[in-house]
Amino acid sequence: MNRTVLNCGYVPLVDSAPLIIAHELGFAAEEGLELNLIRQPSWSALRDMLGLGHLDAAQMLSPLPVAMTMGLGGLSAQIDTLMGLSANGTVFGVSKQLSHTLSPIEFGNPKSLLAQLEARGPRPLRVGVPFPFSMHRLLLSYWTASAPNLVVESVTVPPPRMAEAVAEGHVDAFWVGEPWGSDIVSRGVGDIAMAGSHVWGFAPEKVLAARHDWTENNPETAQKLMRAVYQASRWLDLEQNKPLAVEILGRSEHLNLAHEVIEPAVTGMLTLSAGAAPTHVSQFLMFHDHAASFPWRSQAAWIAKQLGADAAGIALAMTCCRTDLYRKYLGPIGADLPGASEKVEGAMNEMTAVASLRGQMILAPDAFFDGNTFDFSADTAE
Amino acid sequence: MRKDLRILVVEADRAKAENIIDALQDAGWSELHAISHVSGLEHSIEEHAPDIVLIDMANPDRDTLEHIGAVSNTRSRAVAMFVDQTDPHLTQAALAAGVSAYVVDGLQMNRIKSVIETAIARFQMMRKMQSELDAAKQALEDRKTIDRAKGILMRRRSIPEDEAYKLLRKAAMDQGRKVIDVAQALVTASDLLA
Repeated sequence: MNRTVLNCGYVPLVDSAPLIIAHELGFAAEEGLELNLIRQPSWSALRDMLGLGHLDAAQMLSPLPVAMTMGLGGLSAQIDTLMGLSANGTVFGVSKQLSHTLSPIEFGNPKSLLAQLEARGPRPLRVGVPFPFSMHRLLLSYWTASAPNLVVESVTVPPPRMAEAVAEGHVDAFWVGEPWGSDIVSRGVGDIAMAGSHVWGFAPEKVLAARHDWTENNPETAQKLMRAVYQASRWLDLEQNKPLAVEILGRSEHLNLAHEVIEPAVTGMLTLSAGAAPTHVSQFLMFHDHAASFPWRSQAAWIAKQLGADAAGIALAMTCCRTDLYRKYLGPIGADLPGASEKVEGAMNEMTAVASLRGQMILAPDAFFDGNTFDFSADTAE
Repeated sequence: MRKDLRILVVEADRAKAENIIDALQDAGWSELHAISHVSGLEHSIEEHAPDIVLIDMANPDRDTLEHIGAVSNTRSRAVAMFVDQTDPHLTQAALAAGVSAYVVDGLQMNRIKSVIETAIARFQMMRKMQSELDAAKQALEDRKTIDRAKGILMRRRSIPEDEAYKLLRKAAMDQGRKVIDVAQALVTASDLLA
């Protein structure tokens, strides 16, 4: 049987795992697909390659399809979010230099951390983030917006260079995805102060994206791709597969990272400071469980709102999320489907069973650190 | 056309940067600057106020450049060249050659066209040189492996060099493989058995 070859872009991070596993464990081959995984040096390069048709599909930062569709920053194009690739998985931390001037930081307490940072004086806090249109930057600005006296300058630093930027004092703090937070800690130049999930309990991190016209013109291929990635994500979140996942990711040519730097993300056991015992962070990085792969339209709405969109922009952003395709293509292979494609973001403080096709959907806590909730169905219902 | 555009080249490799600068100079532009390290990018943009920034597509610092453009509210409002899709052919050519250009303050596309074209030509030339260099290196490596394989055969079978090579070639033809692959297999096996 001839396989359809699909050019698929990714940036080498632990959360590109669903694409790598789909390729390496044959989930793509089972669908008759050959994933030609093409490593990209930067998010802007990946965006341009996808937008200009050199890539069929790509791993993307969740805000990127929204930004591109809204025409923000660089190349604009109508991009579909086919499904989620991961939720959470980022960390915020401060340089050793800065942490020495603060009182001991209590891990995972965004409010007290913010108060400490605010109290350190009027000097701007320079924070390294991977890209302007990243969940890292949006969470940073959402979190720090509640501290009016804190001036934050976000600085874009390619993640592999983040440790160097922290060491050289180019940035005071960092918000980065694994393995680069652990990289900073292991080099002894900074400490992890909280996970992204402490600011937003269940934030969409990476998504599977494709040009809207590609999705429309290649329905069968899109379906195969989504099914392969869905199977890979499900495999990744099964507890018994984690050691093997670390092993496969470690030896795949795609990540080129040592086992020990992949492990913290996959297991959620993070070392917060050089020499300290690892701390378990629950739901550190999710690929499948708790509907992590469902492209909630309300999440796109939240992203659009943070990017300054008005009601029309928010409505447009919501159309990026192809919940219709997710239902149509993944329902038949057993994906549990929520009753609605939007939810009130931030409303859940604990595990909550929700109405779904198979009646087995349990959503994980998705609270914001400030207790606010966002109900976009009211804004867009017409 | 006036050749007074200020152009900033971001390239870590000094030789490459000079190469691009030379090409642009030959094409008639004179206000040219090159920087190698991106940590100075913000400062360089303020200092030189470039009209265009040229950067290799493969450079991870592209993201940083893009951010400076997105947040800066001064004159240095960088806009990715690919924003302007009035000339898709040029955009495709730039992409294929691995050049990213950032138009800093909204120039007319026809003014930057020749800059980009010069840069594309130079990037393509450098890419070709790189692949020729890689090919030459590979050929040298292959030659060494084949020589080792010949040496093994000469010792084991007490035959002269030309016969050893004939033997390799025959084995390759019989198996439908390349001579280098047969040589590699022989060298590997010999190493294992040594």
